Amino acid sequence: MASSQTLLRSGPPGGPATPPAGLARRAKRPVFLIAASCLVAALLATPLVFLLFEAQGAGASAVAHLIFRSLTASLLWNTIRLTIVVTALCTVIGTGAAWCIERTNLPGKRVWEILIVVPLAIPDFVVSFGWASLWTWVQGFRGAVVVMTLAVYPLVYLPVAASFRAADPGQEEVARSLGVGRLRTFTRITLAQARGAILGGCVLVAMVMLAEYGAFEILGYQTFTTEIFGEFSLSFSVPAACALSLVLVALSLLVLGGEGIAARGRGRVSRSGPLVARNLPPRRLGKATLPVLACFAALVVLALGVPVGSSIYWIFQGGAHAISGVTVPTAALTTAGYGIGAAAVDTVLALPLAMLAVRGTGRIRHLLERSTYLVLAMPGVVAAFALSYFTEHYANGFGYQSAPLLILCYAIMFFPLALVGVKASLARAPASLDDMARSLGQRRLAVLLRVTLRLALPGLAAAFCLVFLSVVTELTATLLLIPTGAQTLSTQFWAYESNLSYGQAAPFALVMIAIAALPSYVLGRFFNRSGNAEGITIT
Amino acid sequence: MRPARKWGAVTALVVGLTLAGGALAGCGGAASGAQSLTITLYNGQHEQTTDSLVAGFEKATGINVSVRDDDEDTLADDIVNEGSHSPADVIFTENSQVLEFLQGKGLLTKVDASTLAHTPAKYNSPQGDWVGVSGRVSVLIYNPALISESQLPTSVLQLADPKYKGKLAIAPQETDFQPIVTAVEQAYGQAKALSWLDGVKANAGSHNYPDNETIADEVNRGSAAFGIVNQYYWYRMSAELGAANTKAKIAYFAAGDPGYVVDVSGAAILKSSKHQAAAQKFLAYLVSTQAQEVIANPKESISFEYPIASGVTTQAGETPFAQLQPYSISIGELGTGTAAIALMREAGLL
Repeated sequence: MASSQTLLRSGPPGGPATPPAGLARRAKRPVFLIAASCLVAALLATPLVFLLFEAQGAGASAVAHLIFRSLTASLLWNTIRLTIVVTALCTVIGTGAAWCIERTNLPGKRVWEILIVVPLAIPDFVVSFGWASLWTWVQGFRGAVVVMTLAVYPLVYLPVAASFRAADPGQEEVARSLGVGRLRTFTRITLAQARGAILGGCVLVAMVMLAEYGAFEILGYQTFTTEIFGEFSLSFSVPAACALSLVLVALSLLVLGGEGIAARGRGRVSRSGPLVARNLPPRRLGKATLPVLACFAALVVLALGVPVGSSIYWIFQGGAHAISGVTVPTAALTTAGYGIGAAAVDTVLALPLAMLAVRGTGRIRHLLERSTYLVLAMPGVVAAFALSYFTEHYANGFGYQSAPLLILCYAIMFFPLALVGVKASLARAPASLDDMARSLGQRRLAVLLRVTLRLALPGLAAAFCLVFLSVVTELTATLLLIPTGAQTLSTQFWAYESNLSYGQAAPFALVMIAIAALPSYVLGRFFNRSGNAEGITIT
Repeated sequence: MRPARKWGAVTALVVGLTLAGGALAGCGGAASGAQSLTITLYNGQHEQTTDSLVAGFEKATGINVSVRDDDEDTLADDIVNEGSHSPADVIFTENSQVLEFLQGKGLLTKVDASTLAHTPAKYNSPQGDWVGVSGRVSVLIYNPALISESQLPTSVLQLADPKYKGKLAIAPQETDFQPIVTAVEQAYGQAKALSWLDGVKANAGSHNYPDNETIADEVNRGSAAFGIVNQYYWYRMSAELGAANTKAKIAYFAAGDPGYVVDVSGAAILKSSKHQAAAQKFLAYLVSTQAQEVIANPKESISFEYPIASGVTTQAGETPFAQLQPYSISIGELGTGTAAIALMREAGLL
């Protein structure tokens, strides 16, 4: 989900450049770790292998025919124009809000800081539901722009705000003292300092646009993902869906790759040095205070008030309550079970790769780690279909439509999130510290409890929570793989919403928001703090 | 201490959590069937209709039914994908094409003759591989505030008339749309059907919706002037929203027009099913008077589809089934829908 991706990108994918001294000492080739990492990487590659395999089975000319048709062109146009407009709007809103909060004397900063990040925890399809169920003009392109901008602007806000916090405001002062105008200072210094963060945020927004399904389905806006889902279900034509998926994967790779190239010349965000840096008094808003406050209030009402208010409205509005489904507690319990399972599996799977990454910078290790990020380019529907296909054709149906398979699918989809957290936690608990504690006469168990776990736990917990939160709001893969008879919060919401039973859908939306809101806020704080403390630059 | 051992404890902790998670998911998941016989139903029909029918069947026979709800095409895809080890015993769909498709793949088993006898032969599988359970008819749904009844098309061909540009709503991904395309192709030939689809696509523009519920809702709310759906979507929406909030109305095409098509919802047993006898019982139940009366009573099933077996007629206040004047096209001619899909794909609707 959206929230997790921000946090994910706040770590450096390449890993820290220098291995902790204690680890370098034992520079024996970690065969076991590499083997385990290869296995994990192979597991993560399953969906891509499936796509290529299916496409190959259909034949190159058939796939080309399916790709080069008018529908692809219109989907491409729909997807790209939405991505560009929403990314641009998010950049303006996210950067503006971050600047006001980090660099000005805006009243009530502490409160705003929380309120404008919370929308990140609301699943995009709930935002979409909140708006579209109230007003008919919220549909198609116009609706998608409004809904998606309000749902994902925090993806730009969070990294940019962190970057403003880390950057040296003294540079602005220097520029101003050299006679540079206010506006030029802002564009040449302030924005330049945040350039990398803005770019990172934009990439996140673009990736969400490419992968989103539920929100667009509600708005009746066709993109690659909605069409792929339709093709998988409609036409008994898996090759057609796979061909479209390949285009989508290519687009995602383009975005990820483009970011890599563009980020090379990013602006400096570091402070000049510990003695030079100082905190400037925040810029006075003066007469602008009221208008700015009004803007913040409006943003909170639109992004948070409408989805929550709309859900509450529909609960009171009621309806015929036509369909029966599972109750909120039952769905919440199922969801929690899947979430905990996937989070635990991912935390374990991420260990070997994370250990490799903090140990050194060999080419194989780097390649292995990088390859796992390919998963980000894979929509959930493709991963889910790949898994059901594999179990049916190569495992004689073993595990098909079972909770473990769904959990495995989540684990594949959200692996990169876990990797970031686990890596950060390993970096905080280098083996040298253990050795030191042991040399001071501490017992093994005491070392484990008092040193290692204490240091590593916040990071592991963060990895765990990231995956858990993503599972809570996942929809597409869940729809395909869920065991017969079970419902998660999101699938039960979806069943009611599709049936226009808004009054019945609304409680599920509110519970999803409640489950996701608090932990994601805490997580955001954790990553910001640890990011600053360890000098992890925000992308 | 070596890192590997250090992480052993962490791993143990995490594995423990996984098991806890699995247990939680198990609790929240499907109710376990203990010792009594359970069959698995892949359900493409509307959930509430199926739920009422399943409840009646479980009560009557003591056989449990585990229901997997999804889009009928997805379920058919799943069954093909699952092959000989499909968990499904029975598939219940909204349209005949899906069943014909599975029949063509040789995945269905013959339905008991006594069951087939409950439904008029023209609504059953020509090969006896599935039984017709209920019927519906395609109509226009329109918002009187945006278009008057007299301005509505009376022939399906007029849907492509440029004067309806921006007014028409369609859901080409729904299986329900295929019979109309098939009927148009049968009546006017492939070339004309294709140019008709081009016109329909241009008229629909952005009112190209994922499903019929959305068409009904958007027309009702005034986003689109009119759309083409099966009749019962209007009744279902009206039941959900209440009469006061139902602005939209429905209108029929001219008698015998290719846009005026009856679709049959049916059920079949998978050849791979290990519970053939119980599955046959379920199908027999679906066409029994008891089950057909559940379908006929919208208060019970919220169905509004027409019962078509055992001589039961609908209790909903809609045009009686016998008085419909649809285009004449057989189940066999409606086929698997693949030709219609190919045409829609060529027109860029899919």
